[in-house]
Amino acid sequence: MADMIATRAAYGNALAELGKENENIVVLDADLSKSTNTATFGKEFPKRHFNCGIAEQNMMGIAAGFAATGKIPFASTFAMFGAGRAFEVIRNSIAYPKLNVKIALTHSGLTVGEDGATHQSVEDLSLMRSIPNMVVLCPADGVETKKMVKAAAEYNGPVYLRLGRPNLPVLFDEGYEFEIGKAAQLKEGNDVTIIATGIMTSTAMEAQKTLEAEGISARVINMGTIKPLDEDAVVKAAKETKAIVTAEEHSIIGGLGSAVAEVLVKKEFAPLEMVGINDTFGESGTPDELLEKYGLTAKDIVEAAKKAIARK
Amino acid sequence: MADLKVVANNIRQSIIKQISNAKSGHPGGSLSGVEIMSLLYFEVMNNDPKDPKNPDRDRFVMSKGHASPLLYATLAERGYFGKDELMTFRKINSKLQGHPDMKGVPGVDMSTGSLGQGLSAAIGMAMAARMDKKDYKVYALVGDGELQEGMIWEAVMAAGHYYVDNLVAFIDYNGLQIDGKICDVMGPEPIDKKFEAFNWNVVVVEDGHDMDELREALKKTVFGKPTAIICKTVKGKGVSFMEDQAGWHGSAPNADQTAQALKELEELGGTL
Repeated sequence: MADMIATRAAYGNALAELGKENENIVVLDADLSKSTNTATFGKEFPKRHFNCGIAEQNMMGIAAGFAATGKIPFASTFAMFGAGRAFEVIRNSIAYPKLNVKIALTHSGLTVGEDGATHQSVEDLSLMRSIPNMVVLCPADGVETKKMVKAAAEYNGPVYLRLGRPNLPVLFDEGYEFEIGKAAQLKEGNDVTIIATGIMTSTAMEAQKTLEAEGISARVINMGTIKPLDEDAVVKAAKETKAIVTAEEHSIIGGLGSAVAEVLVKKEFAPLEMVGINDTFGESGTPDELLEKYGLTAKDIVEAAKKAIARK
Repeated sequence: MADLKVVANNIRQSIIKQISNAKSGHPGGSLSGVEIMSLLYFEVMNNDPKDPKNPDRDRFVMSKGHASPLLYATLAERGYFGKDELMTFRKINSKLQGHPDMKGVPGVDMSTGSLGQGLSAAIGMAMAARMDKKDYKVYALVGDGELQEGMIWEAVMAAGHYYVDNLVAFIDYNGLQIDGKICDVMGPEPIDKKFEAFNWNVVVVEDGHDMDELREALKKTVFGKPTAIICKTVKGKGVSFMEDQAGWHGSAPNADQTAQALKELEELGGTL
């Protein structure tokens, strides 16, 4: 069994590390610091950790003010309440003035689990991707999370970092070099390409094995940056494998699937099947039950791959 | 330093000219904050138009961002940019956007316009000063109608909780908003007691157009609490037909009205 760690846990650890190197890092939370794991940073640097209470809009506004003076604020809460409730503050007070705020939101997607639909953010990629000046990152494991936190801190401008609750297998080794806007190819293949992000990258790797056993050669690309999208990787996959599947723990409207579709239509056409949440709300249940019910398993990716290949 | 009353009159004329030229903008709530801004930029704040990004400067956040003509007029009068530029207000390709954009305009410390957001940013700036052991202050101008935004009270709660005593928020209490009297639309009163309940130091200025009273109010900041200076003002102050009229919240004067307004202001000179 591979090592397991949740991206939110890796985030907390990475922040605490970064805090040692960079005194300009400040961290804000909205009464969820134990869940988002910013408490790890708060323990080390209590004077640079601010609990804003259950008031997400004000938290984003304070973060903007910190950034306007040269600080590098990381603002964290659940994705639903950050990208959702505070959307307009993020747009007008952070992205429009291009302030250097890192919006690191956890508990994205269905795998929040038992809390149900009110807490399951399946629209945040779409919301954040639509805002000018915003960089959108979604890590697939703990290692990539750590690299992304560092890259986000080094980048001057607003960044959305989409994090999750469940433990995930570690896919990348420590030598992995993440660069904003660059996809990582995890498996070579020539019959179909699976482009995945977040927790679905691990699932895509499982699907690849199943497909391989059936004699289908699937390329797997981890799309850690949703915006700016690595268009070259998409075009290359379309040219070389001529069939694409996207996989994301997010609505099929506006997220990774939509971003890839935009490239395929504009630059290099290939049939596309999207694995994601089909324009519906989630519900209470265990993460595994939810992934199964809403069509986000390796089996779903395998079927989508076959469909895409059949459409060539 | 120039006579503040003359400065204020120049700013009023500039507000009318900008909005008239643009055929668009918000005169009422710009004219009500003129004395507050004149005093801040010409007497109180540690600022330098030649060094607008100095990390030690006092900051100002125009939380009621629709009063952009007031902010631009004040900055131009103070020398942050040329007065010619004011005639580009609200025009295509201008730095002087309908609501302030900090990216392009020297002296604009925060982008604002969507009501309720500026005060939070001001708190962030003030908290950063404390972390860095800098002694700059942060001033914000908040509308009375703006107090209807829930986010304002999140910010008020946070500033009190964190004892942000290097923050001064002026409330431009002119009593009117687009749809009429604030007390008829959605009454925020009593304003003073609400701020006090959130651990703010509150000073009430009976005449927000009286420089001396404003000056005295600014001496009443205290250790350990943010200060709210609630300024009773007149919307449209200085232009007879605009005074206390909700209808002039967001309408531009036509040519005749512009001439009339400028004539009245020229006659008033530094006597208002």
